[in-house]
Amino acid sequence: MADERFDAIVVGAGPAGTAAAYTMARAGLKVALIERGEFPGAKNIFGGVLYRKQLEDLIPGWWKEAPLERKIVEQRLWVLAEDSAVTFGHRNQRYEDPPNCWTGLRVKFDPWFAGKAEQAGAVPIYETVVTGLLRAGERVRGVITDRDDGELEANVTIIADGVNSLLGKQLMVHREWRPDEVSLAVKEIIQLPRQTIQDRFNLEGDEGCTIEIIGNTCGMAGLGFLYTNTDTLSIGVGVMVSDLKKKRIKPYEVLDALKRHPMIARLIQGGEVKEYSGHLIPEGGFNSIPALCGDGWMICGDAAQLVNAVHREGTNLAITSGRLAGEAAIQAHQVGDFSARTLAAYDDAIRASFIYKDLKKYRHVHSLLANEDTQQLFDALPRALNEAAYEMLLVDGVPKRDKQRKAIRRLKEAAGGAYMDLIRLGLKGWRAMNG
Amino acid sequence: MSADSVKKEPAKRRKPMVGLQPEGDVDWSAYRGVLVVVEQRAGAAKPVSWQLLGEGRRLADKLNAPLMALVMGHDVEHLAREAIWHGADRVYLCDSPELRDYRTRPYSRVCLHVIRTFKPEIVLMGATYTGRDLAGAIATHLPTGLTADSTMLDVDEDRLLLASRPAFSEKMLATILCKQFKPQMATARAGVFEALPRDPSRSGEIVVVPPQIPPEDIATEVLEFIAANDRVNLAEAEVIVAGGRGLGGPAAFSLLQELADELGGVVGASRAAVDLGWIDHRHQVGQTGTTVRPKLYFAIGISGAVQHVVGMQNAECIIAINKDPAAPIFQIAHYGVVGDLFQIVPAITAAVRARKAAGAAAGLQNGGRDAGGQGLPLTATGAGPGPGRSITGGE
Amino acid sequence: MLHLVVCIKQVPDSREIRIDPKTNTLIRQGVPAIVNYYDLHGLEEALRIKDRFGARVTVVTMGPPSADKALKQCISMGADEGVLVSDRAFAGADTLATSYVVAMTIRKAEELWGPVDIVFCGKQTLDGDTGQVGPGVACRLDLEQLTYVEKVESLNLERREIIVHRHLEDGVERVRARLPVLITALAELNEPRRASLPGVLRAARYRPIVWTTNDFPDLDRSKIGLRGSPTIVSKTWVPEPRAITTEYISGDTLQAAAEALVDRLFESPLAEKLGWVQGVRS
Ligand SMILES: Cc1cc2nc3c(=O)[nH]c(=O)nc-3n(C[C@H](O)[C@H](O)[C@H](O)COP(=O)(O)OP(=O)(O)OC[C@H]3O[C@@H](n4cnc5c(N)ncnc54)[C@H](O)[C@@H]3O)c2cc1C
Ligand SMILES: Cc1cc2nc3c(=O)[nH]c(=O)nc-3n(C[C@H](O)[C@H](O)[C@H](O)COP(=O)(O)OP(=O)(O)OC[C@H]3O[C@@H](n4cnc5c(N)ncnc54)[C@H](O)[C@@H]3O)c2cc1C
Ligand SMILES: Nc1ncnc2c1ncn2[C@@H]1O[C@H](COP(=O)(O)O)[C@@H](O)[C@H]1O
Repeated sequence: MADERFDAIVVGAGPAGTAAAYTMARAGLKVALIERGEFPGAKNIFGGVLYRKQLEDLIPGWWKEAPLERKIVEQRLWVLAEDSAVTFGHRNQRYEDPPNCWTGLRVKFDPWFAGKAEQAGAVPIYETVVTGLLRAGERVRGVITDRDDGELEANVTIIADGVNSLLGKQLMVHREWRPDEVSLAVKEIIQLPRQTIQDRFNLEGDEGCTIEIIGNTCGMAGLGFLYTNTDTLSIGVGVMVSDLKKKRIKPYEVLDALKRHPMIARLIQGGEVKEYSGHLIPEGGFNSIPALCGDGWMICGDAAQLVNAVHREGTNLAITSGRLAGEAAIQAHQVGDFSARTLAAYDDAIRASFIYKDLKKYRHVHSLLANEDTQQLFDALPRALNEAAYEMLLVDGVPKRDKQRKAIRRLKEAAGGAYMDLIRLGLKGWRAMNG
Repeated sequence: MSADSVKKEPAKRRKPMVGLQPEGDVDWSAYRGVLVVVEQRAGAAKPVSWQLLGEGRRLADKLNAPLMALVMGHDVEHLAREAIWHGADRVYLCDSPELRDYRTRPYSRVCLHVIRTFKPEIVLMGATYTGRDLAGAIATHLPTGLTADSTMLDVDEDRLLLASRPAFSEKMLATILCKQFKPQMATARAGVFEALPRDPSRSGEIVVVPPQIPPEDIATEVLEFIAANDRVNLAEAEVIVAGGRGLGGPAAFSLLQELADELGGVVGASRAAVDLGWIDHRHQVGQTGTTVRPKLYFAIGISGAVQHVVGMQNAECIIAINKDPAAPIFQIAHYGVVGDLFQIVPAITAAVRARKAAGAAAGLQNGGRDAGGQGLPLTATGAGPGPGRSITGGE
Repeated sequence: MLHLVVCIKQVPDSREIRIDPKTNTLIRQGVPAIVNYYDLHGLEEALRIKDRFGARVTVVTMGPPSADKALKQCISMGADEGVLVSDRAFAGADTLATSYVVAMTIRKAEELWGPVDIVFCGKQTLDGDTGQVGPGVACRLDLEQLTYVEKVESLNLERREIIVHRHLEDGVERVRARLPVLITALAELNEPRRASLPGVLRAARYRPIVWTTNDFPDLDRSKIGLRGSPTIVSKTWVPEPRAITTEYISGDTLQAAAEALVDRLFESPLAEKLGWVQGVRS
């Protein structure tokens, strides 16, 4: 056991853990930040969008110094069928200043962010795996690591070890996630010359663009994405683990199918794959959030299922939850009481924040996905939409009124055959998205 | 034992053994010729020494200057003659009981004396363990520039030595010059340069150099030399049968050993196999193992990571056996067999045996070559696997 | 107390170095830096001696300011002090100039913490790859030089004697020498330890000692950096990859393939070079 005692231990130097460590260290607490990677971000992946607002609460103007890729001025949504797409999008010059979000790479962003925590006084303990919690009855009094003399004590332990949260499981606030509560995302980083990226995506300088993709996921519930970085593209797809199991399809096969789509193939053409990785994303949403604190511990970020899957927001929820946990620890430190009662301030703060409200709003999305026919939602409907668009736009002498009918019939068929099916599905979707 | 109980000798300021200054404004023009330092153990020269004389001959002729050799040791007079037969014009011979075993200080002493007295413009040594040990010391003492591990040597019209060596794990080659000091020194890899055919009709001059070795130079003592027999001499092996993680465990190395025994070779390994504890580190080929240059290299169950490849890519013939047709090792292999090593390797061993039996039956035995005990044992009867270990380099 | 000095160098992780195919230059950007592989074996041996006899272990490195990370890693494993000699004027050093600065640094460390008993270096660096700095340092400090050591058999402090096994191509040599000595370490020497948690904590807070040219009053500036380096890299190039067309040997069965391979070998010029019998097939 190390002789030294800390005020707080943070497990995991992802966005959640680092935000917590930074918050506490800045307030003068003695903080240890433990990360299993060789350095923070060494093995972490995400799709790639970082948002300005939530980190600004912690580090005003952070984006002026952080290593970021491109500021996003245009967001597109593509609904794919085999060889076509219906596209939506929004581009706005107002995103130029201040930007709303950026693409980023975790290998660069995480070390920068953790560096801020280190500068604030957090003690980095990297290449160290936390293997368990030190307990005194119900109370958590520190952690056990895989190093010699590897026990470390602290008044409060903040668990931010990501989606698989080993420690959450030990605390029994977690169980193994059900296959329908997580999706598996695979991602490739593809290198291309900077100028080529700008030409292909209609960008200038450090402007960037994101494309979210529905359809062409082998009929499984999932979303694809294609983001522009400075001189690489991030392309990936996340699919519900339950669907992968059902269909016995390998995740990379889904990604390969996506990469072969004629509209995507031309965007990535000639690029060299630099990196391939896979990661789970919590999808359980509101209904899967575990107990957030107890005697001597709090849990935040992905480990607490705080991800807004609909809007592919995760890092910002992680950062905010980390900050709120840090603030609760500071209060507890001031009163010298680290019991569940005091730390409940964290739970309250989460409830009062956008995290809770957003996740609550989408709380039915999960059951919609779990109960509806995903083949229909993620395959038949996107196809029908494409067919409908094709019919509508094809100039072939058919009167427009007939075209419209035909288009609606396509959608109707995809929804189940009757008007009522289409309406029911629409309503369900509406409800799921609006609480 | 506690260190505190031990009284330490008074901290006397040690003086460097020899001055480290170049002797003022020196006239380098007096430096002429190429000197090769001959490495030997127990009176047997290392092949690299003759290879360097071969290359040194070429350089000396280009410079229109003499090729010299330095032979140090005990009872090594015959090597002075050998050096002439391998191309030297003049040999400096320092023969003394103190020089029986290689030790840095006495050898440096003699070497420095010869260099300072006879002023060669180029000094070459083998990039062997001993050669590097000695060259590093000498170059510091003189002082002068030293290029390590050269694989190409040349001279230009300004008599500059162009020593080229691999850099950054063999990804690049760099040519290194030493313009302001003489001699220009380089160590060079074994197996890269060609020795001249031994020619006993050649004549040359032998200059005996008296040993002047102060007693403090011989304080270090070589207690024992444990020779190669039970060891792995990868660096000098002509045939290497190497295995990697694909072997799945330590047991399969015996399959490789059998093949190696049939071929008179040595067993090598990838770092993965070594790290897994399947085989001793001294078998490791590669960047952090031994760099090898055999005539024949089998890479069995080895994927071909760069760190491995840099250590063996200069083998004359590479045979890759791997069940993954996309394994990078095939990119550098002359022959590839795609499939399960557990079937292929024993089949190869059997085929070699059959070949040899057939050859023996046809009375086609010949003496083979005995150089260093390498090469294929040639009689069918003598070809049975030896007692477990491969025998290489045994004198 | 024994004073052990370990020389380390921070080197780019060779796994990550690539060549830019267009410019034929090394892409070093973003290549992570690690402590030279062999140096860690030197450090481990020093720490083992410290564990057994008690010793002060000083780690020294000459390098850019970012090399403090490498020193911290050594501290986490158990070294007592880490010294970084860093100055623009040292840049561009070849092995001769490096050994000069490293030797000066060790001299200064001796003034602070007592005369050195053993200096450890790595067999060679992964980037410089010469193995010349160790002998250079030994020369300059007048230390007995024991290169390519694969085992420390014994250390007798009363007699101030050390017996080591030196690795050679064709065998091992048992050598006895009197301290002080300089050892260059092979990987066989030991298995470097993983830092303990208290070690990591100490390293996290540790600030290495930094010396610049100003800290060496007797420094001869003509012997450092580019100016003090007799060797010049005149040219670098990427070797043409050996044009190899892999001949895939196959057969109806793997046995047949194996036989075909052996036939091919015995018929190739290689067989003669290896002195093989040109066996006839019955
Ligand atoms: C493919 C993909 C795309 C995504 N796209 C986006 C996006 O575009 N925008 C967005 O905002 N979010 C996105 N997300 C979600 C976002 O990445 C996560 O929500 C966020 O990273 C969660 O942060 P965290 O700190 O909770 O967990 P993590 O980032 O997972 O960090 C956990 C850390 O803990 C460490 N750790 C784990 N166990 C231990 C242990 N036992 N001991 C020591 N250390 C340990 C890990 O190494 C890791 O560094 C995406 C996720 C994926 C997988
Ligand atoms: C600083 C540093 C230095 C290094 N130095 C070295 C070094 O000196 N030497 C070295 O070798 N490595 C070195 N490495 C490690 C190197 O990067 C690789 O990890 C290592 O070479 C991989 O070994 P391998 O090919 O045996 O294993 P793997 O990469 O796991 O390959 C095993 C291969 O066996 C094949 N296989 C499996 N089963 C069978 C079967 N039944 N039949 C046929 N084929 C089969 C597989 O297809 C695969 O290609 C170093 C790494 C670093 C970072
Ligand atoms: N810049 C340096 N600082 C300290 N030690 C060094 C430095 N360069 C080399 N060394 C030591 O010398 C050994 C041999 O290095 P090299 O001669 O570059 O192959 C290394 O393993 C280190 O122990």
